[in-house]
Amino acid sequence: MKEKLKELRERAIAQIEAAQDPEKLNEIRVAFLGKKGELKNIMKGMKDLSPEERPQFGQMVNDAREAIEKRIEEVGRAAEKRLMEKRLAAETIDVTLPGKRTQAGHLHPNSIALRELEKIFIGMGYEVVDGPEIEYDYYNFEALNIPDNHPAKDEQDTFYINDKILLRTQTSSVQIRMMEQGHLPIRMIAPGRVFRSDEVDATHSPSFHQVEGLVIDKGLTLADLKGTLDTFAKELFGEETKVKFRPHHFPFTEPSAEMDVSCFKCGGKGCRFCKGEGWIEILGCGMVHPHVLEMAGIDPKEYSGFAFGIGLERIALLKYEIDDMRLLYENDIRFLKQF
Amino acid sequence: MVASYKWIQSYVPGLDADAETFRNAMTLSGSKVEGFEKLDADLDKIVIGQIKKIEKHPDADKLVVCQVDIGDEVVQIVTGATNVFEGAKLPVVLAGGRVAGSHDGTMVEGGIKIKKGKLRGVESDGMMCSIEELGSTRDYYPAAAEDGIYILPENAPIGESAITYLGRDDVVFEFEITSNRVDCYSVLGIAREAAATFGKEFCMPQVKEAGDSRDVDQYIKVTVKDEELCPRFTARVVKNVKIAPSPAWMQHRLASHGIRPINNIVDITNYVMEEFGQPMHAYDMDTIAGNEIVVRRAQEGETFVTLDGQERKLDETMLMICDGEKPIGLAGIMGGENSMITDDVHTMLFEAACFNGTNVRLSSKKVGLRTDASSKFEKGLDPNLAIEAINRACELVEELGCGEVVDGVVDVHTPLPGGHEIPFDPDGINGLLGIDISEEEMIEYLHRVELEVDRERRLVIAPSWRQDMLREADVAEEVARFYGYDKIPMTLPSGEATAGKLSYPRSVERLVREAAEIAGFSEAMTYSFESPKVFDRLLLPADSPLREAITIANPLGEDYSIMRTISLNGMLTSLGTNYSHRNKAVRLFEAANIYIPKALPLTELPDERMQITFGMYGCGDFFNMKGVLEDVFTRCGVKNRRTYDPTEKKPFFHPGRQADVFVGDQKVAYLGEVHPLVAQDYGIKTRAYIAVIDLPALMPFVTFDKKYAGLAKFPAVNRDLSMVVPKEVSAGQIETVFLQRGGKILESIELFDIYEGEQIEAGFKSMAYKLVFRAPDRTLEENDITAALKKIMNGLEGLGIELRS
Repeated sequence: MKEKLKELRERAIAQIEAAQDPEKLNEIRVAFLGKKGELKNIMKGMKDLSPEERPQFGQMVNDAREAIEKRIEEVGRAAEKRLMEKRLAAETIDVTLPGKRTQAGHLHPNSIALRELEKIFIGMGYEVVDGPEIEYDYYNFEALNIPDNHPAKDEQDTFYINDKILLRTQTSSVQIRMMEQGHLPIRMIAPGRVFRSDEVDATHSPSFHQVEGLVIDKGLTLADLKGTLDTFAKELFGEETKVKFRPHHFPFTEPSAEMDVSCFKCGGKGCRFCKGEGWIEILGCGMVHPHVLEMAGIDPKEYSGFAFGIGLERIALLKYEIDDMRLLYENDIRFLKQF
Repeated sequence: MVASYKWIQSYVPGLDADAETFRNAMTLSGSKVEGFEKLDADLDKIVIGQIKKIEKHPDADKLVVCQVDIGDEVVQIVTGATNVFEGAKLPVVLAGGRVAGSHDGTMVEGGIKIKKGKLRGVESDGMMCSIEELGSTRDYYPAAAEDGIYILPENAPIGESAITYLGRDDVVFEFEITSNRVDCYSVLGIAREAAATFGKEFCMPQVKEAGDSRDVDQYIKVTVKDEELCPRFTARVVKNVKIAPSPAWMQHRLASHGIRPINNIVDITNYVMEEFGQPMHAYDMDTIAGNEIVVRRAQEGETFVTLDGQERKLDETMLMICDGEKPIGLAGIMGGENSMITDDVHTMLFEAACFNGTNVRLSSKKVGLRTDASSKFEKGLDPNLAIEAINRACELVEELGCGEVVDGVVDVHTPLPGGHEIPFDPDGINGLLGIDISEEEMIEYLHRVELEVDRERRLVIAPSWRQDMLREADVAEEVARFYGYDKIPMTLPSGEATAGKLSYPRSVERLVREAAEIAGFSEAMTYSFESPKVFDRLLLPADSPLREAITIANPLGEDYSIMRTISLNGMLTSLGTNYSHRNKAVRLFEAANIYIPKALPLTELPDERMQITFGMYGCGDFFNMKGVLEDVFTRCGVKNRRTYDPTEKKPFFHPGRQADVFVGDQKVAYLGEVHPLVAQDYGIKTRAYIAVIDLPALMPFVTFDKKYAGLAKFPAVNRDLSMVVPKEVSAGQIETVFLQRGGKILESIELFDIYEGEQIEAGFKSMAYKLVFRAPDRTLEENDITAALKKIMNGLEGLGIELRS
């Protein structure tokens, strides 16, 4: 009987080794280990053994069972692995075929530029606020030190609704509204639409966007204005950007300046982009005029402030090298998708 | 404002910076140089030569061979010019030199290089030049020959540079002068700034005064009837006038400023206008009736012919210069044809006046005539300038020998502005600028521009031409300009910290934009103003309140004349543009205001309502658009149930495919398929969809609060309801029944099938919903479900709905 068991064990192992796939292995498992399998069959002969031999033989049967099971499992795992490798090989794809993309929309270049500005100024503690686009003459001009018949009023080519109401020509009007609220100190930027009666062409639009900035606090200086705008320029155009402040005139700031940044295309050497100048004019700024503070109910002896105005389209056109302003208002999807 | 560098340098003797240095320094001190032109950029090796001998060319009838003395040698030049003669002095460009253009006036960038060569076999070592080849025209060099070589005066120095001799060795700078610096619209004003910028001495021309003699009164009497519009009027008389060309030096300076030399008297008025910034006018005394000048307002409807021959219609706001009988000039704008100086003038009258800037500006606008003079007057000139200018002009008359100046001046004026005083506070200036410089240093800067400082009285005294100097901040700017903006340090504000943030409406707008972006919509921007025809294009009825739009008084044209009351036109136009550009699938959105007046005509500011407008074609249907709205609402934390009401028929939408969107009773949005007639009108030849969110209406339902609800611990029970529904019953009605009757245990509903067709009786449709029931605190039992379903079924039966067997 022991011989028979040994032969059975060897035959089973041999068959397992020869088997290639899990199905065959399962057949082998049934044939040898199943309820009516050979091992069960051989067990039937136990009753013919002496009581002393029985435990020993039982142990041998168990050993054989374990050996067969272990081998089936091992060979089975290898077979499965082979099968999987075969399947995976068959599933090989051409990875250079085009990707399938989600069709998210694209923000307008103006909005992208504005997001950048907002991020920079919010980081410096500014609140982003709004004011009306149809505005009283008072907020757009008079309170900004531009009384009736001031030449600057004519220069701005204003759209009027009537004597007192107009389409704002500058977001500076929001300065006055914020100052009037009287919550000091103020750190704000006010982005928004402004309107001037310019005919449409590659560099002009009767409707465009400005971002106004205003800071009112005790002891603010022109040096603070320079430092703030220098930080802004470096954040927006890169760490190596240089700024240049040129004296200028705005009725609502004194002293006033225009700020140039070193050309971010050529780094200041002069190129087609900066028309060989090496510098690009980017914004107007200055210390809030004491008369403007007074009109808004702020004592210029106690508080000072600075303000700046940035043309959003100008930033967008420069940053994205858009050569025709009309593209911004045409809304061709092929244009918008590039941003 | 343009200014010749040589002219500037004549008042600032020590100024020797090159053009580029000058430009940068002036810009940094506040006189922005827009650009400059070197008049001799394309001229090289051009000298004055004299023709010694002219011989015929052996092989060409139309050429001659000239021996030209150029000082240290004689060169041979072959020319085809016909106006040359032996002894003539002329500009000669030597071999290796350059000229600016060709004889016919065509300018060549970089100039034309002149080489040694042979003309029909005869050697030619250079070229004799016409004025065109020197880069100008006879308009500016009237002495130059017409169609020939420029024959120079007999006293021209042989061998010297012809470029210098003709004043072409100059640089013309173009300045951007800001409106507060009227004084810089003059060569003297610029020269004063240049001297201050470079720390050099400024030498004002010394002008001979008119003297106290009243001889002039025998010639002219001046009456100013409106002193407000004419604070000063000065007049002087020149007799025995001899009209002739002005000298070369004056012609060259005028030419460099783009002013054509005419004759000595006209040139003097132009010269003084450039030099002092004070416009002047010259009248022929013989045309002045009654030896009298009266300055008065025009009469309504009066007409007047200006010296350009145009008849101008006047009104009583305009100021006229009149003689004893009639108007002879439109004050500050242009003189009259009737008093124009002609070549046979004997006695003439110079006028230098100061007119109210605003009045000149408005009058100039009304008559549609802007002149060099009016553009100077409208900035508001210093009345003190008039007397200096008229005396300067008379001095030049004597210097140029063009007449006898009658002693004395007629000077009618209101009290003249003197120097004005501003407190001097060095600490305040340092404080405002963020610097720390000494009082002495500040005073030095201020002196450069003739701002005197009275240290005892702590005052800055500004001269009358600096009417922009009013307050300490103005003084601070002067200090900063000459200290150098670039030397002011860069610091950051040190005040209390503030929290940077978006305003609440902007935060909401950003959420909506994000939702739009995720849903595949790209952002459009369109104009806020549009044509009133838009309402017809949108098929709005005549009595639609949307037609109550704000009108712009001075629009760019009718197409941009009203402020939009509805956002559709911009979107439809953009979709149409895309369609015509053959873009197949387009999804756009715009976030912009509409302007709803509270009353018309406008007396208070309108309601500006932010509209989020979505538009699309070629990529989805009504339900895609509805889904976008739902995505937006979800993203904005709108928890309230939305209802879609198809009853209000908007004419621009498909009558059966549109809805108003409500949250409770509040209309927050609308959407629909664009009516085919409207789509066609905008050039969209396919189905297009629009949705508009009225952001202010949605705002109260928006919340940024998020709260964790706990994941379900107990099992859900699903029930599918398959129903036969009368066709006119909407899904919204059925869902309302579910929500009202399903109780708290109804967790969700989902429509999974809708069918109309063969197996369904006509007038009915088949709909199938999956209802999910769940309780948060227990496992539901069969009777919970049965009870809920029973209530639901009762409700559905009321709508004529039966369960399918």
